[in-house]
Amino acid sequence: MNGLFVNIGERTNVSGSAKFRKLITEGDFDSALDVARQQVENGAQIIDINMDEGLLDSEAAMVRFLNLIAAEPDISRVPVMIDSSKWSVIEAGLKCVQGKSIVNSLSLKEGEEIFLAQAEQVRRFGAAMVVMAFDEEGQADSEERKFEICARAYALLTEKVGIAPADIIFDPNIFAVATGIEEHNDYGRAFIAATRRIREHLPGVHVSGGLSNVSFSFRGNNRVREAMHSAFLYHAIRAGMDMGIVNAGQLTVYEDIPPDLLERVEDVLLNRRPDATERLLEIADSHRADGGKKKAADLSWRQQDVNARLSHALVNGIGDFIDEDVEQARQQAKRPLDVIEGPLMSGMNTVGDLFGAGKMFLPQVVKSARVMKKAVAILIPYMEDDDSGGEPVKAGKILMATVKGDVHDIGKNIVGVVLQCNNYEVIDLGVMAPVTQILDTARREKVDIIGLSGLITPSLDEMCTVAAEMEREGLEVPLLVGGATTSRLHTAVKVAPRYHGAAIHVPDASKAVGVVGNLLSNNRRRQYEANVRDSYQRIRDSYARGQKRDDRVAYAKARDNRLTLDWRGHKPPRPAFLGLKAFDNFALGGLEPLIDWTPFFRTWDLVGKYPAILEDKRIGEAARELLADARAMLKRITGEKWLSARGVVGFWPANSRRDDDVTVYGDEARTEPIAELHFLRQQMPREAGRANLSLADFIAPQESGVADYIGAFAVSVGAEVDAIARRFEEAHDDYNAIMVKALADRLAEAFAERLHQLVRTEHWGYATDEALDNEGLIAEDYIGIRPAPGYPACPDHSEKGTLFALLAATDSAGIELTESYAMRPAASVSGLYFSHPESSYFGLGKIERDQIEDYARRKRIAPQEAERWLAPNLAYDPQVPQESATL
Amino acid sequence: MTERRERAQRLEEMARGRILIFDGAMGTMIQRLGLTEADFRGDLLAEHNRDLKGNNDLLSLTRPDAIRNIHAEFLAAGADIVTTNSFNATAMSQADYGTENLVRDMNIAAARLASEAARAAATPAWPRFAAGAIGPTSKTASISPDVADPGYRAVTFDDLRDAYLQAATGLVEGGVDLLIMETVFDTLNAKAAIFALEELFDELGFRLPLILSGTITDLSGRTLTGQTTEAFWNSVRHAAPFAIGLNCSLGAENMRPYVAELSRVADTRVSAYPNAGLPNEFGEYDETPAQTAAFLSEWAETGLVNLVGGCCGTTPEHIRAIAEAVAGTRPREIPAASPHLRLSGLEPLEIRA
Repeated sequence: MNGLFVNIGERTNVSGSAKFRKLITEGDFDSALDVARQQVENGAQIIDINMDEGLLDSEAAMVRFLNLIAAEPDISRVPVMIDSSKWSVIEAGLKCVQGKSIVNSLSLKEGEEIFLAQAEQVRRFGAAMVVMAFDEEGQADSEERKFEICARAYALLTEKVGIAPADIIFDPNIFAVATGIEEHNDYGRAFIAATRRIREHLPGVHVSGGLSNVSFSFRGNNRVREAMHSAFLYHAIRAGMDMGIVNAGQLTVYEDIPPDLLERVEDVLLNRRPDATERLLEIADSHRADGGKKKAADLSWRQQDVNARLSHALVNGIGDFIDEDVEQARQQAKRPLDVIEGPLMSGMNTVGDLFGAGKMFLPQVVKSARVMKKAVAILIPYMEDDDSGGEPVKAGKILMATVKGDVHDIGKNIVGVVLQCNNYEVIDLGVMAPVTQILDTARREKVDIIGLSGLITPSLDEMCTVAAEMEREGLEVPLLVGGATTSRLHTAVKVAPRYHGAAIHVPDASKAVGVVGNLLSNNRRRQYEANVRDSYQRIRDSYARGQKRDDRVAYAKARDNRLTLDWRGHKPPRPAFLGLKAFDNFALGGLEPLIDWTPFFRTWDLVGKYPAILEDKRIGEAARELLADARAMLKRITGEKWLSARGVVGFWPANSRRDDDVTVYGDEARTEPIAELHFLRQQMPREAGRANLSLADFIAPQESGVADYIGAFAVSVGAEVDAIARRFEEAHDDYNAIMVKALADRLAEAFAERLHQLVRTEHWGYATDEALDNEGLIAEDYIGIRPAPGYPACPDHSEKGTLFALLAATDSAGIELTESYAMRPAASVSGLYFSHPESSYFGLGKIERDQIEDYARRKRIAPQEAERWLAPNLAYDPQVPQESATL
Repeated sequence: MTERRERAQRLEEMARGRILIFDGAMGTMIQRLGLTEADFRGDLLAEHNRDLKGNNDLLSLTRPDAIRNIHAEFLAAGADIVTTNSFNATAMSQADYGTENLVRDMNIAAARLASEAARAAATPAWPRFAAGAIGPTSKTASISPDVADPGYRAVTFDDLRDAYLQAATGLVEGGVDLLIMETVFDTLNAKAAIFALEELFDELGFRLPLILSGTITDLSGRTLTGQTTEAFWNSVRHAAPFAIGLNCSLGAENMRPYVAELSRVADTRVSAYPNAGLPNEFGEYDETPAQTAAFLSEWAETGLVNLVGGCCGTTPEHIRAIAEAVAGTRPREIPAASPHLRLSGLEPLEIRA
């Protein structure tokens, strides 16, 4: 599941889908493949294939379909579930798949001998298996029988056939409830309780089931069915169900189920009272999709005409009624396209105006976009059928990409959504986009603007490369630059001179629309570009004049002015262990209080310190709403185990050297150096008594003979984030896609904070009596520091290479480094640990050529390479040859 | 039978202590000999109605001396394991030459030559082993040869299973110590082979160690049939192989990321025997022994591998250089078995326990 519930696609099942059955019996395998493809595109991680139909040669159909799938990489990338009640069909299917698939299903219904023989065959074919709670006596319907049969099957499979528990998936039978037959009342509860017992007592196995059965009695009332499905899954997942055959379209968000409906649905599912069925039936009708009465108080807007309703839904980001409203608008309109270009566009224009006027804020706009996308998705099938046709007219086409070597995309995605809201078509190349792909796409798609994003400093260089390539290949379109480390200064000085077209820095999402609007306006474009060019020229001029401003002291002098700590009066603490310790599946549950919310709000362009921001007159309401949504998602992230936290911590003997390097040793005797950490030193002039700091100062020097230590860590919560975000995006829900990424970033930081705390109090154990509250932690009121390569005290990202090698971080925490030393997954944090009480965070500031040359020599790299990694920290222009020595 | 068990145990012990060395390219060595059509035919097939030159597997029957010498050269260079001259000795591949009736004999003869050579070179302190090579065959079970009908298959799972069973039976009868299914480009073929071997082991009443070695077709990092390295491992993990690895196709430099990937995911030993670089415009391999050895020793030091050797273009000189370069380096530690459900299509899917 990669931490999540695994969704098994159910549409390629002739007994479950009338459409698929028709296609297969008519021999229309091409269209049948489309059904499979759609499922994978919609997020199915496994597809269930069933050809059990009386009139069909099921074996032949299974073989043909699986062989055809093998030729379609966009389908066959996922594993298949070979589903049949006939062994011969299963066997025929197993002979067609190269991957490791799942057999659905085996059972004890024909006795142990056949069960064991079939299980042995499945093992030899290298497949996993679903085992139904079904024995010689029949299908299990009580908790006791479900568990007993599964326990018996478990013992047989693991002991007699040697099946690994992980390859066993129990299906304890989901049956319909609320059927009016008293014996059926306990079916839901029995499944959930049996699931819990299976997961507790039969270690290593999985539990799956076919969800739609449970609500069979409410066919025709989708609102109630969806509520039943979501509530059932909510409880079953908590009990340990980790896979299921689920129609994602028939689910709602658990928290969104109206409380009165939820209570009665849960009464039925959990068999909480004898009259549960009657009570659910009582209110079922009023909860039909067409007669909803939720939030009766503020539903007056539902009285308005359909256009006003659509506008209200867009401005307020309400998606609940969008299906029916869009349908009504469509019926009234001449063409489906008119709905988009009429009420939907005008609603979005209102959103754009409010946003522009500072009356709506980014999170709200992204929610509006979600409603818009949903509405458009409803209309698209009609537009495809509509001959009068036409495509919605777009205001322009914009290509966006996070540059090569960088994996950070939250800001870029937000800008993309905002632009789409304003009727621009956005082509998003995702992260780590190579320059050739950017240029090829720009030409092929004839885009109007290229937008680049990046977060880490090496990306600044990559943006220059893209600009230069655009120049070389003769492009004309404007180039926009954005992302945390980018700046107007950098764009003006480094990017713009490489490209004759417009190159413009965009500081945040709210500015993007204005910039793009100006650039694509026939009237304003020339004047606007000229203005930008002028102002960038002025920036360049003043930068050139200011170039020799900062005095730097000579590196040798700065070294002499190092911070000298008293190593006789301080015995460095020895960590509780040396070497590595990995933290797999660190509990996310306790991390929420440690989250630093201020940067989270900044991600959404809501600037202010938490918690004061919640009471802010202008943005307080938007901030409160956003925080409530974030907390609701956090609850699901932890409750449903969406994400898994992995990390690694290491400690080693270490001593510093005169040259600002720290030698890390593999042994306590300090005879085996295993790494050199290269640090840099401040070179600004200092008044007497203030040192020119380097992180090396915080480690005992070799010649002191003091046994000192250094630590390091890398943590990540991000392995599953991209897949989850993609699923939200596929459901037209950018709001939650961005939300999950933003939260993962925060959780990774909180995880790092918690780990540092554990290090101080246990693993290094130099502050066993530390007692800090969460605010104290966030404010860093503790002893010792955890600086990260790429950040102010040691701005060279490439030092992460050494850090990762020491930590074996890719193996032990699942984090990889890109060529620019960005960590992937993006929600990762790494750094070094220093224990000395005097150690503190500081900024390196600008450094001179003499230090760069020394650093390059220590690192055994060319000075030019050191200049590249440290470009933002250079006190000199590397293009200008050295004139005279510094002071 | 107890002797087989002892030899299997010996093999495991040796693999615990150091990185084991495979031999190099049989094909390259045969090519160097410049044999003629008459050499390939021998007396046995003097009257055969088709050209036989290039049917290397036949040489085990018609020029056993040549094959025996090649094994001896690799053993002298330091190989712990020599691989039988049987890469194409399956009914499918021999059908191209009309020699499918000799498949059983070829496999028995190939196995005898390698086993005898291994035993001759062995000392009590340094045993040597013969691995029965099972090639992928010339057919694929996952791809249609007919563009117009992607659902068509030129060969079925059952055909392949029968062919592999026949080849493996001959190899075991000829006395090999272990089996190696190599150059797997279609995992479904490999699965048919695994299935056949399970049947054979059942019948024999004992199991031989099995090495599975896939091949990455190009720099996309996938097998010919489109699987990623991890998906390939998930698909064949049920064979509980002695080692999983990669060979052929790429030189060491380009193979490294995929070996690293296997090393990360596989809870068994990892083997690798790359080509001597990429072929030049004449189809020759010019990576020198020192170059190949430098790559492999870096893998060894990083802890990626348990068994190494060479594929196309590698000679006894390469093997000697490799053996010297990795001597004294500790073999990769085998990670604990994964408790998770690991499925695959073309891509892996892990479902955590």
